[in-house]
Amino acid sequence: MASVTTNVAANVGRSSARGPKPRRVLSPRNIMLYGTLILMCLYYLLPLWVMMMTSLKGMPEIRIGNIFAPPVEITFEPWIKAWSSACTGLNCDGLSRGFWNSVQITVPSVIISIIVASVNGYALVNWKFKGSEVFFTILIFGSFIPYQIMLYPMVILLRELGLYGSLGGLVLVHTIFGMPILTLLFRNYFSSLPEELFKAARVDGAGFWGIYLQIMLPMSLPMFVVALILQVTGIWNDFLFGVVFTKPEIYPMTVQLNNIVNSVQGVKEYNVNMAATMLTGLVPLFIYFASGKLFVRGIAAGAVKG
Amino acid sequence: MTNSIEVKDLTLNFGAVSVLKNMNLDVAEGEFVVLLGPSGCGKSTLLNCLAGLLDITDGQIFIKGKNVTWAEPSERGIGMVFQSYALYPQMTVRGNMSFGLKNARVPKDEIERRVARAAEILQLEPLLDRKPAALSGGQRQRVAIGRALVRDVDVFLFDEPLSNLDAKLRSELRVEIKRLHSRLKNTMVYVTHDQIEALTLADRIAVMRGGIIQQLAAPQEIYNRPSNLFVAGFIGSPSMNFLHGATVDNGKAFQFGETKIDLAGYEGGAILERSKAILGLRPEHLTIQDQAEAGKTISAIVEIDEPMGADSLVWLLANGTQMSVRVPVERRLELGKKVHLKVDITKASIFDKVTEQRV
Repeated sequence: MASVTTNVAANVGRSSARGPKPRRVLSPRNIMLYGTLILMCLYYLLPLWVMMMTSLKGMPEIRIGNIFAPPVEITFEPWIKAWSSACTGLNCDGLSRGFWNSVQITVPSVIISIIVASVNGYALVNWKFKGSEVFFTILIFGSFIPYQIMLYPMVILLRELGLYGSLGGLVLVHTIFGMPILTLLFRNYFSSLPEELFKAARVDGAGFWGIYLQIMLPMSLPMFVVALILQVTGIWNDFLFGVVFTKPEIYPMTVQLNNIVNSVQGVKEYNVNMAATMLTGLVPLFIYFASGKLFVRGIAAGAVKG
Repeated sequence: MTNSIEVKDLTLNFGAVSVLKNMNLDVAEGEFVVLLGPSGCGKSTLLNCLAGLLDITDGQIFIKGKNVTWAEPSERGIGMVFQSYALYPQMTVRGNMSFGLKNARVPKDEIERRVARAAEILQLEPLLDRKPAALSGGQRQRVAIGRALVRDVDVFLFDEPLSNLDAKLRSELRVEIKRLHSRLKNTMVYVTHDQIEALTLADRIAVMRGGIIQQLAAPQEIYNRPSNLFVAGFIGSPSMNFLHGATVDNGKAFQFGETKIDLAGYEGGAILERSKAILGLRPEHLTIQDQAEAGKTISAIVEIDEPMGADSLVWLLANGTQMSVRVPVERRLELGKKVHLKVDITKASIFDKVTEQRV
């Protein structure tokens, strides 16, 4: 019997030598690897779970105190309240007002900053002018200065421009503060594109804008997605600039959220607070899920050459 | 004959570094000039200056008699082919070829006509609607040539167009470029570091080093009468044998160690007596024989025999100098054997060791 098995094993070994090496699913290595990964996932997902569950419970159920338990009776009341009727210190129309303010701030800021930064990066790589390196260095230096230092000068600047307290002022601030990192990203990406492509386009008679729009732009879609994600999440999540440079009527969603959560009248409605927080986070979350793949590709492409 | 390209006292500095120095170059109409040199010699830089992709420091450039020193690349009447093809990846072959014409606002039917003609010449018709990513290296380079072709210009500039291709494709496209030139009769300036390309394609070769043209002449002239030591060593594979010695007897003989070589029949200027001179001999201008002949042979010891297929290369040691000789492949030589090399002095070159110039 033993000899037969050996023979068979030898035959099988020879005939299937080309197949993939068999792997043991439950090897100690795999258990360690996936065990760690699962633990980490749970650790990061747990707060989300608690938020989700709490936001779907009524207040009496929350008072029982088991924050991990799923709701016995699912209610969407907190979500509706958070959106349309939760009270800040000043008014009681929920987050909806802040949401539209945030949209009005984010959309123009993102578009303007990406357009300007991509043209900046393109010019810095392909149309080097006298002092372009110095210009770039100063721009990069700007990203190392803490925002707090610039807050007060910025307030004065906006006041002199007559933009203080307006949406336009905040859009301007976001555009300026997004410039260093975005310009760096685009410059590095464009410098990774072959220089001969630019030369060929010049021989073909395309000018500054022609090359940018017809050659560079179609080739740098991944980079634009990266910039889009960075800016949308950055600007949407911004609290500091929103609270400093705007007035209560045009507070962005984050500031509105803070005011709802921190308002000190009556009972703390944990379910409404949770729902409001989730609502505020939905936009960046959506952006990540919608463009995650392109984001990774763009980051990798930009990283090849610095 | 009129000059298609005239370069006058062209100088280019990058900061403190001088890349091109006082360069003068005239290219006749319909001529194929190859700029040849090691990397960093300024050959690509010169081409970029001709194309208008680099701003020059001093001097003037004329194309077809027009001063284009400060003209935009597209206004110079040139087409350019790049080493990395530089095709626009998001456009089809047709889009790539018509991009320049669209920028120049050429009418639609004219664009179509020119693209069709270029596609016919380069056999690109079946590929017109493909993207560059779906093409092979050779096809991509043909598209790049087509892009220059549709511009209907008099001057073509090639910047190492074949360096990215494998050896077989390279020789195929080399022939194709030569055929293209004989068909279109355009002026072509071609940059390469491959001397085979230079020797096969060029009407004239400009050998460059350190931003200076060392010699500008027909390929045979460059090969047979290199104007200085650098050109002699750069052209030819394996390179020329250099024997260090002196010219003696009022320039009638070359003293190499104990051996004296008779210089009667040398094609060149007055040899004179030079205490330090170099005798340059190409491997194919030496023959191996068993008998010594006074004033005509150098004795040497066979070191290595390298059969190369068509012929075979023998490396020998003569008076401490390593030499190579090309011999018919049937001729087998015993290693370590003492032989005599017969010198064909009519094809030799003598250089002054100090000035490095041919005499």
